Amino acid sequence: MKEFNIVVLAKQVPDTRNVGKDAMKADGTVNRGALPAIFNPEDLNALEQALRIKDKYPGTTITILTMGPGRAAEIIREGLYRGADRGYLLTDRKFAGSDTLATSYALSLGIKKLQPVDVIIAGRQAIDGDTAQVGPQVAEKLNLPQVTYAEEILSLDKGKVRIKRRLERGVETVESPMPLVITVHSSAPPCRSRNAKLFMKYKYAKSVTELQDMSEDYLQLQKDRPYLIIEELGASGISAGVENLGLSGSPTKVRKIENVVFKAKESKVLSANDEDINGLITELLDNHTIG
Amino acid sequence: MNNVFVYCEIEEGKVTDVSLELLTKGRSLANELNCRLEAVVAGTGLDGIEKQITPYGADFVHFADDERLYPYQTLPHAKVVKQVFQKEKPCIGLFGATSVGRDLAPRIASALKCGLTADCTALEIGDHTDNKTGKEYKNLLYQIRPAFGGNILATIINPETRPQLATVREGVMKKEKVAGNHQGKVKKVDTKTLLSDEDLIVKIIERHIEPRKVNITNSGIIVAGGYGVGSKENFNQLFELAEVLGGEVAGSRAAVDSGFIEHVRQVGQTGVTVRPKLYIACGISGQIQHRAGMDQSAMIISINDDPDAPINQIADYSIIGDLNEIIPKMIKYYRKNSK
Repeated sequence: MKEFNIVVLAKQVPDTRNVGKDAMKADGTVNRGALPAIFNPEDLNALEQALRIKDKYPGTTITILTMGPGRAAEIIREGLYRGADRGYLLTDRKFAGSDTLATSYALSLGIKKLQPVDVIIAGRQAIDGDTAQVGPQVAEKLNLPQVTYAEEILSLDKGKVRIKRRLERGVETVESPMPLVITVHSSAPPCRSRNAKLFMKYKYAKSVTELQDMSEDYLQLQKDRPYLIIEELGASGISAGVENLGLSGSPTKVRKIENVVFKAKESKVLSANDEDINGLITELLDNHTIG
Repeated sequence: MNNVFVYCEIEEGKVTDVSLELLTKGRSLANELNCRLEAVVAGTGLDGIEKQITPYGADFVHFADDERLYPYQTLPHAKVVKQVFQKEKPCIGLFGATSVGRDLAPRIASALKCGLTADCTALEIGDHTDNKTGKEYKNLLYQIRPAFGGNILATIINPETRPQLATVREGVMKKEKVAGNHQGKVKKVDTKTLLSDEDLIVKIIERHIEPRKVNITNSGIIVAGGYGVGSKENFNQLFELAEVLGGEVAGSRAAVDSGFIEHVRQVGQTGVTVRPKLYIACGISGQIQHRAGMDQSAMIISINDDPDAPINQIADYSIIGDLNEIIPKMIKYYRKNSK
């Protein structure tokens, strides 16, 4: 087999790395509006690995699968601009409030809808939660092997994939049969930029929900060019048991949220004496800047 | 039933530090809950391994000794842990937030349909009343972790499902043997009937130690040095501070041009742009070219002997003085206050 069906699991996340001075309100709470919604960085590393397979085996199909609100169609478009072939958005109010377990349940059902799938690739973790749980949880639900912390997919041959993994203290090369779930580490190569031709081709790609607000011309365009349709699937579309979705399907609950307050807004001048340094370190530990 | 379990990782015949730290924490949780602390360990050549585990308070060590269990692989280890958990029905299961624990624990949570909280910085026992239903829960595990890029601190609970699973990074909890000569029992897991070829479909081709490529842009904490650091040797203490805080070292262009540090670590217009949670600028005057690469950092601490250095204008804290005196003090007080 010289072409593969690849599903890239991706998530739209608030850019928590872009926490500039305006990202915290005066009362110390997070100003979510100041954080742009982006393609989760390690999911882009994952997409690049998929694109490299497609470079080698041009008959390969790359499908972006994401779960989120309607606006998450943005990252599917972003994926199309960079070389993905199509995208599916799992979106439904019933998905709201999902923790990693409920998310992996919905994603695993979404993947079943896309069968046959040879390789499922996701970023190791998303920057809004940093849990690294969804990839392995999806693998377990689909009863597939998993290879986490991938830095490079070395080869695909005779139904087997060779992967270099980046571990804390070194590297490991493993070989797994397909299908499998791979999660990609940030040390993997960054994703290529948008391709100008693909951008022109897909800039009018819209999800079914987005099309509702569009003019007749738009609808005609979608009819003529079906590749512009970003498919949406809800709870019934993936044949999900509602009790396993959203809040009711999430064993973890948030009991309490404390905002980590950054007190210093104007420069505080300290001296090199022990008391000042000790005070600073204690303050940084208390507000969880370090430690 | 209803005991506290710790999955112990093995590296070259030794139980890893993070596992011993979890045993110490697990012991205190078990004391509070008035239950047993049990350990699960899987690997090969484990004879006598309990001698490393019981001094930290484990009452029971479940061990799976099989050459197919070393080095670590997801599927066979997951099978062992699933089997033990299904049989023993723990109330709490703790894993190291390592490349092993973060690979294994979600697989277990997914199979047992239970909650898992990653990278907890504190674990406590407490009660909870559900706001909507008014239902009361006793003795839940409070899983406390930073979230949202470290901007909030969340307390997570699993009211209904068991076990309550959590991972914790190395160095977060204290490691301490229990007083006296603590004894525990050993229970063997029958791997012969448990493991099948299906669990061994992933093959390890090669393993070796390879230093990580430098990439400072993803680091949440950056300790940066400029020309004012003075020498390559003086940069060593920046590396030490970065290591202690779990960050990376960066340099200004002047430091790179002087050969104090390599170019991949250069921050600024001709280097990389970083936006860490904390940027500690040591001996950096703060030219506009440098500031362009770091002024979006959430917090900036400047260490400089010049009170009028431009960097101080954008710093949240300016420490005026000799960095050779200040950095060792920061390390000292971090070590003293962090645990």
